[in-house]
Amino acid sequence: MTQYIIRRLLYSLPLLMGVNILTFVLFFVVNSPDDMARMQLGQKHVTEQAIANWKQQHGYDVPLLWNNGAQGEKKITDTIFYQKSVGLFLFRFGVSESGRNIGADIKERAWPSLAVALPTLMVGLLVNICSALMMVLFRNSYVAKDGVYAASRSGSGAALEHAGIVLCVILMSISSLFYIIGGQFVIGKVLRLVPISGYDDGMAAIKFLVLPVLIGVFSGIGSGARWYRTLFLEEVGKDYVRTARAKGLSETQTLFRHVLPNAMIPILTGVVVVLPQLFMGSLIMESFFSIPGLGSYTIDAINSQDFATVRAMVFLGSVLYMIGLLLTDISYTLVDPRVRLS
Amino acid sequence: MKSNYKILLCFSVFLTACDATQFNSPYTEDQSESKQAVLYESFSERPKHMDPAVAYNATEYTFIAQIYEPPFQYHYLKRPYQVAPLTATHMPEVIYLNQKGEKLDYDANERVNDSDIAFTDYIIEIQPGIRYQPHPALAKNAQGDYQYHQLSQAQIDAATSLYDFTATGSRELTAEDYVYQVKRLAHPKIQSPIAEIMKNYIVGFDDFSKQVKDKSKTAIRDLPIEGAIALSRYQYRIRIKGKYPQFIYWLAMPFFSPMPWEADVFYDQAGLADKNITLDWFPLGTGPYLMAENNPNRRMILLKNPLFHLETYPTEGELEDRQKGLLTDAGKQLPFIDKVVFMLEKETIPYWTKFLQGYYDASGIASDNFDQAIQFTGSGGVALTPTMLEKGIQLQTSVAVSSFYMGVNMLDATIGGATEQARKLRQAIAIAVDYEEYISIFTNGRGVAAQGVLPPGIYGFADDETGINPYVYDNQDGKAQRKKIDAARQLMTEAGYAGGIDPKTKEALILYFDTTATSVDDRPRMNWYRKQFEKLGIKLVIRATDYNRFQEKMRTGNAQLFVWGWNADYPDPENFFFLLYGANSKVQNGGENAANYHNPEFDRLFEQMRNMDNSEQRYRIIQQMQEIVRHDAPWIFGYHPKNFSLFHGWYKNLKPNLMANNQLKYTRIDTAARAEKRRQWNEPVFWPLALGGAVFILMLIPAINAYRRRVRETVQ
Repeated sequence: MTQYIIRRLLYSLPLLMGVNILTFVLFFVVNSPDDMARMQLGQKHVTEQAIANWKQQHGYDVPLLWNNGAQGEKKITDTIFYQKSVGLFLFRFGVSESGRNIGADIKERAWPSLAVALPTLMVGLLVNICSALMMVLFRNSYVAKDGVYAASRSGSGAALEHAGIVLCVILMSISSLFYIIGGQFVIGKVLRLVPISGYDDGMAAIKFLVLPVLIGVFSGIGSGARWYRTLFLEEVGKDYVRTARAKGLSETQTLFRHVLPNAMIPILTGVVVVLPQLFMGSLIMESFFSIPGLGSYTIDAINSQDFATVRAMVFLGSVLYMIGLLLTDISYTLVDPRVRLS
Repeated sequence: MKSNYKILLCFSVFLTACDATQFNSPYTEDQSESKQAVLYESFSERPKHMDPAVAYNATEYTFIAQIYEPPFQYHYLKRPYQVAPLTATHMPEVIYLNQKGEKLDYDANERVNDSDIAFTDYIIEIQPGIRYQPHPALAKNAQGDYQYHQLSQAQIDAATSLYDFTATGSRELTAEDYVYQVKRLAHPKIQSPIAEIMKNYIVGFDDFSKQVKDKSKTAIRDLPIEGAIALSRYQYRIRIKGKYPQFIYWLAMPFFSPMPWEADVFYDQAGLADKNITLDWFPLGTGPYLMAENNPNRRMILLKNPLFHLETYPTEGELEDRQKGLLTDAGKQLPFIDKVVFMLEKETIPYWTKFLQGYYDASGIASDNFDQAIQFTGSGGVALTPTMLEKGIQLQTSVAVSSFYMGVNMLDATIGGATEQARKLRQAIAIAVDYEEYISIFTNGRGVAAQGVLPPGIYGFADDETGINPYVYDNQDGKAQRKKIDAARQLMTEAGYAGGIDPKTKEALILYFDTTATSVDDRPRMNWYRKQFEKLGIKLVIRATDYNRFQEKMRTGNAQLFVWGWNADYPDPENFFFLLYGANSKVQNGGENAANYHNPEFDRLFEQMRNMDNSEQRYRIIQQMQEIVRHDAPWIFGYHPKNFSLFHGWYKNLKPNLMANNQLKYTRIDTAARAEKRRQWNEPVFWPLALGGAVFILMLIPAINAYRRRVRETVQ
């Protein structure tokens, strides 16, 4: 497995290089160093001299990818691309165009993002899986009769399953923005039970996190429960489930002890891959709840043409995604003994 | 049992984090409020710079204007805006010099001949005894050496914030600190946005800039700059080229605040910038407040500077100020507020809700909330809605010293230039683009249609019927009434575009409007512009591009029509008319004249007016310049925005001052009234929660029944 992990890590290097080049090209197709200088210097009294000065101070006074005027290896090293990219591979993100240290900013902002995203994911996972299992439980109550609805005997169960699906469709059809605004209105404004937005350090953060986590979980139930229900339904038709029932296990025992562990691979695929990304935050949620996370960091950087921050965030996002994929692969071996990484 | 205990513990921690009566309070330090006067404000955009040499926008000034003190400030109550001493003992002594550097004598009318003036000296004397806020950069050890000027690697590694350097010190403000700041403005590594302007004025500024180009920030201390010299511990001189009366306004801006050299030495140590410990983030000033917390992602906290010098609330103001209670605190020591908490709020909904809950003391009015807050009276005035009045909220309105206009690229072959045909076309458009309607539709009536270049409050603005633009408006009983569209159509005919038909193509005249308005939200506005031109039969093509391309088009002169705005640096007509001065043409000289307007007579008058002191003659010249611009119409005058701000009843000493940024020190709040109102407005409501729980349990019953039946079925 160690060899596999090392190999995967080595594969990621050219991938990261590719991502870096792509980010660089895309950014500078739209923005030139002159544009960046103008954006940073503001709209008043910006002269060509001031622009030249800004570029010199920020290292944008050399060619983008190839320095014809230089000699030897300096043709490559005396370029914006080289000088701005090398540090990334050592996780030295440098300083943003407005002068802030990007690494320090990311460290500071990642934790509030995680404080919202992790409980939302965990609670959401629990609620979604339980809801999905309940729907599967009730569905089985009437499809067992050769696929014919046995509404007369399991009427309330069928109705519940139906209600569950309809509810899920309704929940997933509503924009997440509606949940946020509605939640803030009802719980923060009308009932006045929690602050409508804000954040604090340590345990004091709890009262600020209740509402965003609640809304995050609630807004995800529709799609989450339906997705897991599909996974479980695929499993419940298999032979081992029939065997479990045949040996006299209750439906609950069958679902939780046998179906759930066997459906773990697709669940893990979806969950583990997003774990590292939880640091990156959610734009809308953090914006509405004034959570000082990383959600808007990249968007703000794009808007202010802050290349240093954009490339750092894209790079970090790629690294985290790769780590997520690797963790997913590793987690397969933990839940399914048949899987071997080689 | 153990898990029950844990749940109980968690719940008690949660409750401890909340105020017992105000679960929705977004603050955790409410308990201390009875002892301290805390003001709660918000900001929506994170400030980029806190270095007074670099900061240059409203968000940044909100903070640094409370921390740094230039020698002069705007009088809080007097109008028109007046510059008054801040750290200076009195207004500067202004000495005019000839080319040889000899002092020019005043004539019998207390004047000197402007053409003889080669240099002007501003002699500024500052008050003794003013001290800097406590700061680690000024901390000294027992031996009298600076404690943190030679930090070890271990000390730097251990630090995560400025506040990890626990020892602080202070020292007296000296004239040398003001001189040092002028040098900082000139240093290319500081990148001051006004460096390029100042090199045209301050003697030796450009030379100094070149001299220190490759030197470190700290190297400038011992290098002299010709235009700024400390004459004594408390007196310094700034020498500028020629006569430039507006320089006094620059001296009232944070750019000219003092900076102790120790700040640069401290912050310039390798490793500190990597931890965001820089002067740009942790200011060091003499002002009424100091930065106690700088987290631009969440909140910024200002605390009263314990070493703030004696400054008192003004004892004079306008006539009605006393009646309005604005002089109640006259003569009292400033500031009144102990602590100011600025919270980052990006979205208007939570911001507005928190204001209504009493958690913010002041608020602007977003379009979404306008109808909830403001109603129009029968006479066209504005008033607060009964809901707002019931809460004791106060409304403050003021016309901004800004102008928005539709600019015409005067280099354009169709619509630009000085020909009669193009001029009449522009005048016709000026009539057709109905900015009164624009203000009503897109700004909720928050604006004043512009009659000329100058906004109200700027010297030279005529608020009587002489100030009406006769090319666009008719004078009806002293009030401006936009001309009928027929008048515009007549002008179109005279211009050779009868019915909007271009004689060259025999089709509708096509004009291009360049804009950065690319979002869906901008569409109504763009459609509105299109319709205004359709009134004349002109087809307006909207060319929406990103900001970079737009700027490029402006620089190269490839735009035809555009919308632009200007916010005054200082309250002088020169700061608006220079936007139309020929030598400032954007295409030719990269200046601020985006319309590339060039009229020799206008330029001549501008050159005459800009260096004059306010006088009848200056006023007359300004009116002549207004007339030329109205006639030539390089701008379709748009509007001057009107600021609407709401303040709770406990907010005292409210007077709009659009030039001063340091108003916080004058603000007072009635904390007891606020605490009482907050309690009233924020009692939690629990019964819907209990009801919801009961309904949920009721809903569970059929589910449980179904489950049991299912389990039984399986067993069978």
